[in-house]
Amino acid sequence: MERPAWAPQGIDISVPSVARIYDYYLGGSHNFEVDREAARKAMEFMPGLPKIMQAHRAFMRRAVHYAAGQGITQFLDVGSGIPAFGNVHEVAREAAPAARVVYVDHDPVAVAHSRAVLEGDALSAVAAADLRRPRDILHSQEVTSLLDLGRPVALLLVCVLHFIEDADDPYRAVAELRDALAPGSLLIASHASYEGMPVPEQQADGAIEVYRDIRNPIVMRTRAQVEAFFEGYETVDPGLVSPPLWRPSGPTDQEDPYAFSGFAGVGRKA
Amino acid sequence: MRASSQATGSAADPDGLEDRLRRFATIWSRAIFPVTATSMTRPEFERHLLPLARELSTALHAGSFDPRSAQHTGAALVDAHCTDPDALSRTLGVIDSYLVLYCGSAQEYSAEELRARCARLQHSVAAGYAHALRERTLVEQEAIARSSMRARSDAAEALHATEARFRAIFEGAAIGIGIADLDGNVLEVNEALTRMFGGLEHHVRGHKVTDWSHPEDRPHVWELYRELVRGDRDHFRVEKPFYRNDGTVLWTNLTVSLLRDADGLPQYQLALMEDTTERRLLNLRLRYEATHDALTGLPNRTLFFERLEKAVTAGGGTRFGLCYLDLDGFKAINDSLGHAAGDRLLVEVADRLQSCATAPGEMVARLGGDEFVALTTGPGAQRDVHELAARILAVLATPIRIDGREFTVRGSIGIVEGPAGGERTAAEVLRSADITMYRAKSAGGNRFELADPEADARAITRHGLTTSLPAALERGEFFIEYQPLVHLGDGTVHGAEALVRWCHPQHGVLGPDRFIPLAEHTGLIVPLGRWVLQEAVRQARFWQQRHADGGPLRINVNLSPAQLHHPGLVADTVAVLERSGLEPGALCLEVTESALIGADEDLLKPLRQLSEMGVDIALDDFGTGYSNLANLRRLPVSVLKLDRSFTQGMQRSPADPVDLKIVEGIVSPAHSLELAVTVEGVETGAQAVQLRELGCDTAQGWYYARPGPPEKLHALSLADAV
Repeated sequence: MERPAWAPQGIDISVPSVARIYDYYLGGSHNFEVDREAARKAMEFMPGLPKIMQAHRAFMRRAVHYAAGQGITQFLDVGSGIPAFGNVHEVAREAAPAARVVYVDHDPVAVAHSRAVLEGDALSAVAAADLRRPRDILHSQEVTSLLDLGRPVALLLVCVLHFIEDADDPYRAVAELRDALAPGSLLIASHASYEGMPVPEQQADGAIEVYRDIRNPIVMRTRAQVEAFFEGYETVDPGLVSPPLWRPSGPTDQEDPYAFSGFAGVGRKA
Repeated sequence: MRASSQATGSAADPDGLEDRLRRFATIWSRAIFPVTATSMTRPEFERHLLPLARELSTALHAGSFDPRSAQHTGAALVDAHCTDPDALSRTLGVIDSYLVLYCGSAQEYSAEELRARCARLQHSVAAGYAHALRERTLVEQEAIARSSMRARSDAAEALHATEARFRAIFEGAAIGIGIADLDGNVLEVNEALTRMFGGLEHHVRGHKVTDWSHPEDRPHVWELYRELVRGDRDHFRVEKPFYRNDGTVLWTNLTVSLLRDADGLPQYQLALMEDTTERRLLNLRLRYEATHDALTGLPNRTLFFERLEKAVTAGGGTRFGLCYLDLDGFKAINDSLGHAAGDRLLVEVADRLQSCATAPGEMVARLGGDEFVALTTGPGAQRDVHELAARILAVLATPIRIDGREFTVRGSIGIVEGPAGGERTAAEVLRSADITMYRAKSAGGNRFELADPEADARAITRHGLTTSLPAALERGEFFIEYQPLVHLGDGTVHGAEALVRWCHPQHGVLGPDRFIPLAEHTGLIVPLGRWVLQEAVRQARFWQQRHADGGPLRINVNLSPAQLHHPGLVADTVAVLERSGLEPGALCLEVTESALIGADEDLLKPLRQLSEMGVDIALDDFGTGYSNLANLRRLPVSVLKLDRSFTQGMQRSPADPVDLKIVEGIVSPAHSLELAVTVEGVETGAQAVQLRELGCDTAQGWYYARPGPPEKLHALSLADAV
């Protein structure tokens, strides 16, 4: 059943959170034992999980650089999670010091933490909203006050789409966001997939099972299914590829085999 | 100081320290990059390590060796997100193997000294790393704990606000809200629900939902309920009655919804109820009032019509019988005793009728006024309806006592009986019964008649003509034909009688016998008569103007009894004459003998006035009304029109001697009273000769001319004159 907007979700830190698990994979300590326990369990099946996260994060960093290089100064990062090193606003400002960034997450702890980290930063904000309800994002006070949707925006959907089941119609949500963006806007997205994984599907399913148990099931999608998210966008070179292969800054032959799991790509709205 | 100048000085040297530092950083980076979580690329990471390598090299060669400076290097690794302890052990391994090799200068310090320093530096790096990692871990743990507390308190606040809002809605709602578990134990109810049930909360709370059954529950309500608590249904909406604490009935619009937990398992049931008791009562009362007669309490026309419709379309070989009752002479009772007494009489009649129709399938209703209906249904309706009619006449036979006076009320009943096969609509059946009732009334009343399709058809035509009369007058569907009045003495045309006709769009040309009685009945005769008078007088005036030499041409116009009673008669006639310019002497108004029999002076007064003005008054159909000649003296009459029945015996030759004697016996005294005698229905020359010999003055009939358009009479009159 869908929770109405006015009924707040209770906070239960005895339930693992994907945002905090992600932080753990990245070597952070913004997590609790329940999170680490789930992460360790998933890593029993896929020891290289942190490498996957790292590769997606590295892709995001390069893509944000690319966007800034294209003159984009507004960023909307949906599913931003727990802020760690190399956040979008930090990366973007290396190229565009006045870049404005709105982070969006539905995990109240991640939102509270992000707000604490970003306190006093006038050019960034954190909105508590769910990708399943794109209108909540677009109409949030943070987006309306910080971003000018009449100008191009880089929309980041990194490692978040695979948490939305087909029943919640992620394609409609992505299309709704796209329709609200100005021409020239970029979609920076990455997605989990069996494709490119260095382990058999059955083994990967063990890790996926862990996420199902913590009620954050991961939907593995095929290339075609991931490509469909880019409808209305023209993908920029090299198209939809494994994260390390998206505009690498050096040779990729020494990358960990896990890093090639899933897809990453950038599209430009015509 | 020297060490630092040496380091700077050899920067240009390709094989110098800077190059060696770079190579060290490459080895270091290669060792730890795989265990870092950085998003930096390898080359970036390598560049990031280079200053740290220089730091280590500087510490190795420092004049006053202080291994603590390497603590910073350890801490810097943690800052660069090398938080995996493997990064430390690999770092220590790299320092141990390569720092002295790449950065050691044997010129200043002995190899042993350098090895010892390198070992001390590793201890410091490890200590700095551990310290920084501990600090970072503690800070992050504290941060995330603070964030989760913050999030929890935000959520709690929001939850509290929401709960307060819901509590307010729950308590203040006008509809009743209750929550029960799946076993039906009532857990919570709001104020409104408690009020609906009579105001005592524990009476509601102490119950189980299943205690609230009611005999008037819809049969499927409890099945819906079971489906809901089983989880097979998420909600249902019904109209449901409940017993209140005091035993009275509460009617509600009830919506029950199933509440599930986060896993979708049924948990509670939520009931929302709206008190519809008053609305329902009001509806029932409105329905009762809309379907019952306020005076007698009997079903009214609306309800009766519904039942009759069902009865005539029931099918299945059953039959229906209908009695349509109209009290005889009720108007007179009402007029003489007043409406209050009339109403009491109707109530008594209604009670008696009700006692006649007590069998299943029988009903009595009041259609309005003194019209009642009784309906019987069933296979035996054909016989039953006659018995019902007989019973009704029987109960009416006993006098009714009102204000100490006894009244005998009689009634006329029209009966319609038939199969309930939908052959006729309820409206047709009712009309047939109505028509039949009138037949019973015309036959003298206090009887019942059975519907007859032919009689119905006649009545329906009559009814159709009656209702279309006013429009016909407006549309100019009437016209006038003229029949000449001939002077028996010389055969000249003496005048003409105006005879009205109706050119009906469906029935063709209709004679006055078909519609004058209807016009008389509805009162339309007054405007119709006025129109005829106007037209005839205008025509007469026209003739006079065109043929001044043809002598005065008279015009006879019929006056019906209703016109005679109309107060405007004299004024209307005067106005018509004045407008046309016809002298009063040229007009003769024909009044039937029967209309004047027993006429009092009030009725005669207008005729007298007209007569004094010079208008002739003719007594039409003379001889049919048993009037005696002596009576004629007091009437303002100047012409007698002998009824055609007297002249029929003279059509053959020789004439009937009796008829001759009678006519002779009328003409002579008429003449002595100075009354002219006109005969009607002259059809043969023999008749004309006889009548002239008998002294009659004027004649009309087919022998001279049939009634026709004014032009025809004009030609006749001219021919006459020649």
